[in-house]
Amino acid sequence: MSRPSTSDPSLGSEPAARRGRDTWTAALTRWVEGLVPKGQWLPDRQPVYVASWIYVFGVACLASLVVIIASGLVLTLGGVTWWHSSTVGHFFNSVHLWSVELFFATMVIHLWGKFFMASWRGNRGLTWATGALAFFGSLGTAFTGYLIQTNFDSQWISTQAKDGLNAAGFGAYFNVMNLGQMVLWHVSLLPLVVGGIVAVHIVLVRRRGVAPPIGAADPTTSLPAPDPEATLGAPAPEGRRTESASVRTVGSSQGPGA
Amino acid sequence: MSRGTGGWGPTPDSHAFPTRRYDLVKEFVIALGVVTVLCVVAALVFSSPDEPAISLQQWARQAPADVVATAAGELAGTTTSAGYGPPYNTAAEGQTLGPVNLQKLPGVTLPVEPAKDFVLDPVRTLVGDTAATTAVRVWEAASADQQQAWATAYADALAKAPDGDPAKVASGDYGPVPAIAAAELRLADSGALEGLLTSRTSFFGVDSTKALLLLADGTHLEDAARAQNLGGDQWGIMNETGNYPGQPWLWLYSLWYQVPPFSTSDNADIGVWALMILLSIGFVCIPWIPGLRTLPRHLGVHRLVWRTQRR
Amino acid sequence: MMTQLLAVSQPVPAGPVVQWGWVTITVANLVVILAMILIFVLALVLPFPAPREDEDR
Repeated sequence: MSRPSTSDPSLGSEPAARRGRDTWTAALTRWVEGLVPKGQWLPDRQPVYVASWIYVFGVACLASLVVIIASGLVLTLGGVTWWHSSTVGHFFNSVHLWSVELFFATMVIHLWGKFFMASWRGNRGLTWATGALAFFGSLGTAFTGYLIQTNFDSQWISTQAKDGLNAAGFGAYFNVMNLGQMVLWHVSLLPLVVGGIVAVHIVLVRRRGVAPPIGAADPTTSLPAPDPEATLGAPAPEGRRTESASVRTVGSSQGPGA
Repeated sequence: MSRGTGGWGPTPDSHAFPTRRYDLVKEFVIALGVVTVLCVVAALVFSSPDEPAISLQQWARQAPADVVATAAGELAGTTTSAGYGPPYNTAAEGQTLGPVNLQKLPGVTLPVEPAKDFVLDPVRTLVGDTAATTAVRVWEAASADQQQAWATAYADALAKAPDGDPAKVASGDYGPVPAIAAAELRLADSGALEGLLTSRTSFFGVDSTKALLLLADGTHLEDAARAQNLGGDQWGIMNETGNYPGQPWLWLYSLWYQVPPFSTSDNADIGVWALMILLSIGFVCIPWIPGLRTLPRHLGVHRLVWRTQRR
Repeated sequence: MMTQLLAVSQPVPAGPVVQWGWVTITVANLVVILAMILIFVLALVLPFPAPREDEDR
């Protein structure tokens, strides 16, 4: 894990003794800045191996989520029964439905890709886990969406789903037949939860970078041209120094796999 | 290089690799454009399903015998709601998974007394209808055993009548039950029943629990659902009304209901839930499960992704 | 409101289904699933555009 250069007392602007009395604000700022290697929040370059169409499904999923939220916001303008009698409302309901289908389709293809690429390698287990949690959170959100359609679907789905939820004990608190409750879960609680999980997922992707190909050789162990930025006494670019330093210490690149 | 998730050995740091120009913002904007166009086109071409809700008035007009039979069943305590258990009442214990009963744990948090809430209280409001109010008075004056006997006899007789038609029921001792059930049908037909079930005591009717439980106690709702392949044993969890895609991502959840032991079990719901929760936890934890976490290496699909990269 | 009442008296017909042993799937869902598999395969095999500049950094 990389540390920001201000942790080096000889380089930081604050003497070490003072840091014990750091403001909460400064500590939070340092933590946020340390989440992602410098320059990696929104880089305009990617590792050369990011060269396949499979890599676009994450962003396609995110784009679908944006359309879901936008169309959902239009539906909130009119309320839960508006779309039955308004052609504009029905159109936006349709956009909302198809964006949800596209959202799940791209998410699943993204998931298939990440599975076959074992993208949890290199300390990326949490990236996979947050993605999986986002999937399940999305299922719940979509489910509440079906419940608040205020039509025959809602009647059938609610009276069916209640049995499973009741059997598991959740139904006592999460009443799928209570329209008022389900509307609030669908438009505020669950989107915030799913949004939060998605945000953590994306930060983790930026933090670790895109997983290298399976079996790729470590580029820092082949004889490199001298790094023009690594002059004596100056820190190497963030994220590189500690990682590659440990590699040189360790020696050969690939350990035995399982 | 990282120590990283087990099974793979150290993985090179992605930031150590040579890079290529890659415009993330442009990619996002293009993705947004493509998705928006696809959704708008799909919306214009396919629209979206909107089968209207079945009102209790429609239920009364399309399946009046079902309304009468359901009302009799509520009074007899034989409907699904009447015999449900937690969270609605204590009429049953609920589903179990071996020794575990999660359904009973929270207790009765959504109290529902079907005979009273769905039938007697609504019928009682028909103050101008002497047949109805007299029938309710007779019912309430009778003992619990007598009530049970009348209601059960009438429910049985309805089941035996041709087409379940109340007009063709054999004569017998049903007490005030036929009159109460007929009054329930009149209420439903008038369009007033939803309101009596959802907002009679609360003004703002945002909770449809009682109306839905009553409707689901009959057969009409399920008949309409099965006609659209929405039944549990029809893979209905995945499906949608009309010719629309539903929720294909729920394929595994639907699957279990089609196969033994779940397909024949009274505890199917908790069984499927428990299994799916276990599988979901396993899915989240793939990076840490030996064997599974390294499976992709052996499947070889990744070779297609990175075929242009020199090793 | 009249259209809603009419719609109920003639509900939309159910879509066609495909049955294969104990598996029953609606044609609509099958199309979605097959399309996803096709797109996944295409994503793996279609060539991805090379970078604009031939830069190795």
